[in-house]
Amino acid sequence: MPTKTEKWRRSLSLALRTIGAVSSPHTSPHPRSLPFTRRELHCGRGIWRGFLSLRKPWWGTDTFGSDIRGFGTESTMLKRNPKFSTLNDDDIRYFKELLGEKNVVQDEDALAAVNTDWMHKYRGSSKLMLQPRNANEVSLILKYCNSRCLAVVPQGGNTGLVGGSVPVFDEVIVSLGAMNNIISFDKVSGILVCEAGCILESLVNFLDQQGFIMPLDLGAKGSCQIGGNVSTNAGGLRLLLYGSLHGNVLGLETVLATGDVLDMLGTLRKDNTGYDLKHLFIGSEGSLGIVTKVSILTPPKLPSVNVAFLACHDYSSCQKLLFEAKLKLGEILSAFEFLDEQAMDLALNHLEGVRNPLPPSLHNFYVLIETTGSHETYDKEKLEAFLVYSMELGLISDGVVAQDLQQASSVWRIREGIPEALMKAGAVYKYDLSIPVEKMYDLVDEMRNRLGSSARVVGYGHLGDGNLHLNISCPQYDDKVFTQIEPFVYEWTSKNRGSISAEHGVGLMKAEKIFYSKSPGAVQLMASIKNLLDPNGILNPYKVLPRSS
Amino acid sequence: MKVMVAVKRVVDYAVKIRVKPDKTGVETKNVKMSMNPFCEIAVEEALRIRESGLATEVVAVTVGPPQFVETLRTGLAMGVDRGILVECGEGGGGLGPLGVAKVLRALVELEKPGLLILGKQAIDDDCNQTGQMVAGLLKWPQGTFASKVVLDKEKQTATVDREVDGGIETVCLNLPAVITTDLRLNQPRYATLPNIMKAKSKPIKKYTPEDLKVEVRSDSEVIQVVEPPKRKAGVMIRSVDELIDKLQNEARVI
Repeated sequence: MPTKTEKWRRSLSLALRTIGAVSSPHTSPHPRSLPFTRRELHCGRGIWRGFLSLRKPWWGTDTFGSDIRGFGTESTMLKRNPKFSTLNDDDIRYFKELLGEKNVVQDEDALAAVNTDWMHKYRGSSKLMLQPRNANEVSLILKYCNSRCLAVVPQGGNTGLVGGSVPVFDEVIVSLGAMNNIISFDKVSGILVCEAGCILESLVNFLDQQGFIMPLDLGAKGSCQIGGNVSTNAGGLRLLLYGSLHGNVLGLETVLATGDVLDMLGTLRKDNTGYDLKHLFIGSEGSLGIVTKVSILTPPKLPSVNVAFLACHDYSSCQKLLFEAKLKLGEILSAFEFLDEQAMDLALNHLEGVRNPLPPSLHNFYVLIETTGSHETYDKEKLEAFLVYSMELGLISDGVVAQDLQQASSVWRIREGIPEALMKAGAVYKYDLSIPVEKMYDLVDEMRNRLGSSARVVGYGHLGDGNLHLNISCPQYDDKVFTQIEPFVYEWTSKNRGSISAEHGVGLMKAEKIFYSKSPGAVQLMASIKNLLDPNGILNPYKVLPRSS
Repeated sequence: MKVMVAVKRVVDYAVKIRVKPDKTGVETKNVKMSMNPFCEIAVEEALRIRESGLATEVVAVTVGPPQFVETLRTGLAMGVDRGILVECGEGGGGLGPLGVAKVLRALVELEKPGLLILGKQAIDDDCNQTGQMVAGLLKWPQGTFASKVVLDKEKQTATVDREVDGGIETVCLNLPAVITTDLRLNQPRYATLPNIMKAKSKPIKKYTPEDLKVEVRSDSEVIQVVEPPKRKAGVMIRSVDELIDKLQNEARVI
């Protein structure tokens, strides 16, 4: 843990370096997305404010050393938009009357938790959290905030990875956690209607009793809420089989910035009447409206689940294996994940209770295949036939098939635990990219060339969806490493027509980088829509769209 | 020396079980079934004994309806050499521990293994009786709740550490003997692909209880299966005074 003087010394040298770095070509952002002109940066107030906020590292002390520069940079360089009002006593009184004393939270300790994101990279300084109990209260809150021009951050489970769920400055947090009722469930069609604050895992448990499952599954299921999942168009481990939320969400009820309640809560599988507005809100990350109710189509729970963990010699075998899997396993293929040797090494070293399914040595690549079907014996035969075939073709060098749910979850633990292992290993620079499958691993190799021995490059992800989670691990956050990573990663992705954020969203972290994956015309239209639905810009400001738009 | 392992097919350990609406038993339709976890540990131990050179062959046996052959296949995929299925009615309700023990005795007399390993209990009925009953019927020594097994070829003995309430008890058994496995004995291996492929050509022999001249008769009948009563939700108390009041007047403990 760095001492106070060390932190100050680092801040000072960092501030000086940042000022110098801005003018160097390597760290300049993409020209079209220059968030603030160089003139602004060099203006005294900007630098002074930047310097001041660097002096006291308010982003908290992590066990692996606080990241003084990188991730906080966006927010340290940001200035609070002066058009937003600050809270006063009248506001507090109004909210207390509206929601009751209990649901208006001003206690500093309680606020500290909701002001910080899961990765401890971002920390806001909100002074107020509101906990409405129904859509009507949300509507009145937003109506009031809109009239007073108070900025608002909608918050669900606060498990996002791009700083989209926490305030940047003193925005009012509207927490949906109290709205956690399941409204209805139709056993025949599998359509579930519930409030936005329902935790994903509790929905899974409820559906389990009925013989159904949620169409999405992610590591954060114990804390994330369905409203947040919908607002961020969460992907997860089941996307390969069940598709994205755009396909599974049948209806939404959202509250707009003006306080209007927009009822699109249909429960119909097919409804082609007019423009399908709910798709605007799915993935809008809380910037167009607050989701208050969700109607979602849930698939039946199929009893036969098989998991195989396979070793491949090189990346092209993994690709060919994906093709063969889609062909031979067909409709029962429910997940296809891959991880490289570095990821496996990290998982084995830092996760508890995890053992290597394919001892003794580490292979170059590992692939996790899961099948879900209705007939145990039939599925197992299909899977084994596919594995035998792939082994004969030389695509797999070794593999195991889990014999019961316990073994299956141990194998999944390896893949799902990699983010945790990375956090334990030290500092991590995390990137979530969509890249054409055949080129996916090229980026990992290139990053290894660029970084050499200064950092450890780890690649894993949803190979079936073309989604790479590129993580660069080093003992501590290091600017030298960072400059080698950004903006190269984004430029490379953009050049190969990939997406700089496959499933994590844009939030605060990548707001300025959106031009790497979307054309200026598209971003312009997005800004127009934002202006139409939220003229005062009070919903989740500073995020999603670049400040220049 | 031959090692025989008895295995059972049960509802997978990780599945949340539900009672059938007619209360005759636990819902097993459309539910994932796997090898009993303690039986997996037994198979693993048998395989380790063979790999250390103290045994020449491992045979897995199971007693139950035709679907139980799946469990034998799991055993074969782990590395067992042969499988035997004794087909009879539903394993759970039809043939209790005594019935299974009698069948196992007949199989032991047929195969003549030097060691019979079973899981300490099945997670569906939690009987914890079959191993002990077989040992009694065969008049063999038994080491139950084994957390460590060490074989001595020369002296033909097995030294077994047993997990008992008071700690660990070590017993030394003359072979042939019956051992039932407890959780901490070992961690079962994954079934690797080469073994899965080899398993397809390994023999599985089928018998009926009549073939083995065992009379199968159930002495007990399951009358009803119900869920345990649901725990009542707790009451949130807002202040210390309220707590004292409740302890005094409602719970009457102070």
